[in-house]
Amino acid sequence: MNSKNFDLENYRKLLKQYMMTQDEKALYQAEQFTKLSMQNNISPEEIVNVHIQALRQISPTIPKEIDVSLNFLLEAMISYGLAYQEFQSLREKQLELKSEISVAASMQQTLLSTVKPSIKGLDIGAVSVPANQMNGDYYHFVKDNQDTLGIAVADVIGKGIPAALAMSMIKYSMDSFPLSQRNPSAILENLNRVVERNVDPSMFITMFYGLYDPTTSIFQYSSAGHEPGFYYNAKKAEFLEIEAKGLVLGVSSDTYYQQYELEINKEDMIILLTDGVTECRLADRFIERNEVLEVIKQYTHLSAQEAVEQVYKHFERIQDFHLRDDFTLIIIKKDV
Amino acid sequence: MDFQSCVKIQKEWDIVGARQMGREYAKEIGFGTVDQARIATAISELARNIYLYAGKGKVCFETIDEINHKGLCVVALDDGPGIQDISQVMEDGFSTSGGLGAGLPGVRRLMDQFDIISQPGKGTEIRTVKWVR
Repeated sequence: MNSKNFDLENYRKLLKQYMMTQDEKALYQAEQFTKLSMQNNISPEEIVNVHIQALRQISPTIPKEIDVSLNFLLEAMISYGLAYQEFQSLREKQLELKSEISVAASMQQTLLSTVKPSIKGLDIGAVSVPANQMNGDYYHFVKDNQDTLGIAVADVIGKGIPAALAMSMIKYSMDSFPLSQRNPSAILENLNRVVERNVDPSMFITMFYGLYDPTTSIFQYSSAGHEPGFYYNAKKAEFLEIEAKGLVLGVSSDTYYQQYELEINKEDMIILLTDGVTECRLADRFIERNEVLEVIKQYTHLSAQEAVEQVYKHFERIQDFHLRDDFTLIIIKKDV
Repeated sequence: MDFQSCVKIQKEWDIVGARQMGREYAKEIGFGTVDQARIATAISELARNIYLYAGKGKVCFETIDEINHKGLCVVALDDGPGIQDISQVMEDGFSTSGGLGAGLPGVRRLMDQFDIISQPGKGTEIRTVKWVR
């Protein structure tokens, strides 16, 4: 009650000052008064009430029409006051949700974390950035004791929390496969059955799985409808699309995946990505795949990790620092 | 419970009658202008809900006049379809998103006490109290 009287007194002074001088200073102070009131959760109808009280004190002879009309204004402000209070409570709720999601996101990072392996003769760079807090893209490296490198890149159609949940499932199914099972086509066939059984039919997952054997320099791979990557042939100095046919995961339980292979020679490169890279949106259009390749080419003289980071920074900037889709890019260079 | 008085809600204009009666009681008990306006708005919401969702019902009033306890009790009663998920209608943003007004969360904010009993298929009773400060 005390603070309210104080408020009224303060408001009355400011109003009186303004009525006499009409100067900007009083208006500025009125602005401060409002801000303070908002901090104290004073709703608009209470401000109108304070105004009515103050006005009656300052000029007791205000015409009845004006006095009555102010009551009308007060009544009209009630709903605004409610909307304001609702807004406040929704804002608090939003903060709660945000912090809950950030806990989930850091948990996801722990769950899906993968170590970039060091393999003699290979320079590997990888970057994966979610558009929102949780990532619907996923990449994973597996190295066995013969230095064979398995690389998985997957993308759930859609983003955010549902996509992230589906990704955790993929990761754990892969972890449960025996190490001896390294065949890209077999891995995709098994994952396809897992996805088909466990994920809502409206959700699709694309995936690329590659296996590199350093003793033969052969890269075997299969794709489940995944965005094609690029292969750089150093001898011919040309980039080729890594073409591979295959249905996205989860459509039909008995899908068969064809397996392909490439021989990787010195200074060749393998570039894997998700559609968050190739579908970068510039002001009014999607970027073309060859434009993506042009950007990647600018940075391939750098180390693989520096290159993927520079490419990411480039696309982040041209999209005004606001990713539309989760972005994952992996570059593997053969050094020797 | 016998109420001091009730206003039947059947037509939209009955909402005005309920507001009117509520305001008179509020004035009589000694509520200030702002609280009078809040009570009237709460009555509007309650009566409007009856009119829109139950078709007909009533809004009743009971003044509370104890030694150091003065207030107004407003009760909305109907035999309408009832509310399936009370938690949902009490959630901010649920009814207001359709532009329906303050909704029941608004009523709860406008009044000091709020209680709701609803049985699907049988009807709804919403009991609210505002205390004179």
